[in-house]
Amino acid sequence: MKARVTVTLKSGILDPQGKAIEGALKSLGVDGVASVRQGKVFDIELSGADKAKAAAALKDAADKLLANTVIENYRVELL
Amino acid sequence: MKSAVVVFPGINRERDMARALKLASGHEAAMVWHAETSLPKGTDLVVVPGGFSYGDYLRCGAIAARAPVMDAVRDFAAQGGLVLGVCNGFQILCEAGLLPGVLMRNARLKFICRDVHLRVERSDTPFTRGYNAGQVIRVPVAHGEGNYEADEETIKRLESEGRVLYRYCSPEGAVNESANINGAAHSIAGVVSERGNVLGMMPHPENHVEDIMGCTDGRGLFAGLVAHLEKAA
Repeated sequence: MKARVTVTLKSGILDPQGKAIEGALKSLGVDGVASVRQGKVFDIELSGADKAKAAAALKDAADKLLANTVIENYRVELL
Repeated sequence: MKSAVVVFPGINRERDMARALKLASGHEAAMVWHAETSLPKGTDLVVVPGGFSYGDYLRCGAIAARAPVMDAVRDFAAQGGLVLGVCNGFQILCEAGLLPGVLMRNARLKFICRDVHLRVERSDTPFTRGYNAGQVIRVPVAHGEGNYEADEETIKRLESEGRVLYRYCSPEGAVNESANINGAAHSIAGVVSERGNVLGMMPHPENHVEDIMGCTDGRGLFAGLVAHLEKAA
């Protein structure tokens, strides 16, 4: 089973990297970019087939390590 | 003072730290590998040194914070033991939940490697008793992620409880935006835990302890710790 965990910065947290990317896009002439926030994507393969178990394990992984919940939110998707 | 320096793969300031500890206390520091599950008996001070543990993968300090030895460090801190985290060590202590907040990418995105000035905010703590309140010291920094941030509530608490011990400042001691090298909230360079026994700081006091380094302003921190522990003994 495949899964994806997406980690993004909480709103209100300053994101200097996103700002730099935003500036680069503007200087490249990419039109209509209002703002950029950057984050991380984890593609994870799970060995079992139990969806509920997988969801619980992924939540555990995100809470314990993948995200720093002081500044980041995460979303878990089973693909 | 019996100190233990925790060593993770990718840490590179552990020997500077051990040298400064030996100089201040006269005792060799124990080097404790990250896979250990306990600290040497009789440890007075645990130091988490600087460097790039696990190559800064995922987030600075994130993986080191979950290493086996950190459970022992957490227990030690819970019993009131003194813990000092410098640079990557500060990031690790935040990730481990021993200190609030997080160290974000420097506001101007650049890695900063130079001397900075710090204002010592109070002198009545184990980590600052070697200085006077308001004293300005010069110590080096070397980091790309030293921009201390926490939610508004937390910052308010840190300030009202007097838990900011070191702040970035001008050579004259003025705390302002231009002296705030990395954009840290309230120019915070070092904070202590609620109980006051865990300090995290971005600058490297261990690199300004001998004349050959061109400055000895970092000595006060270590001398203060030694004096505190001698008084306690």
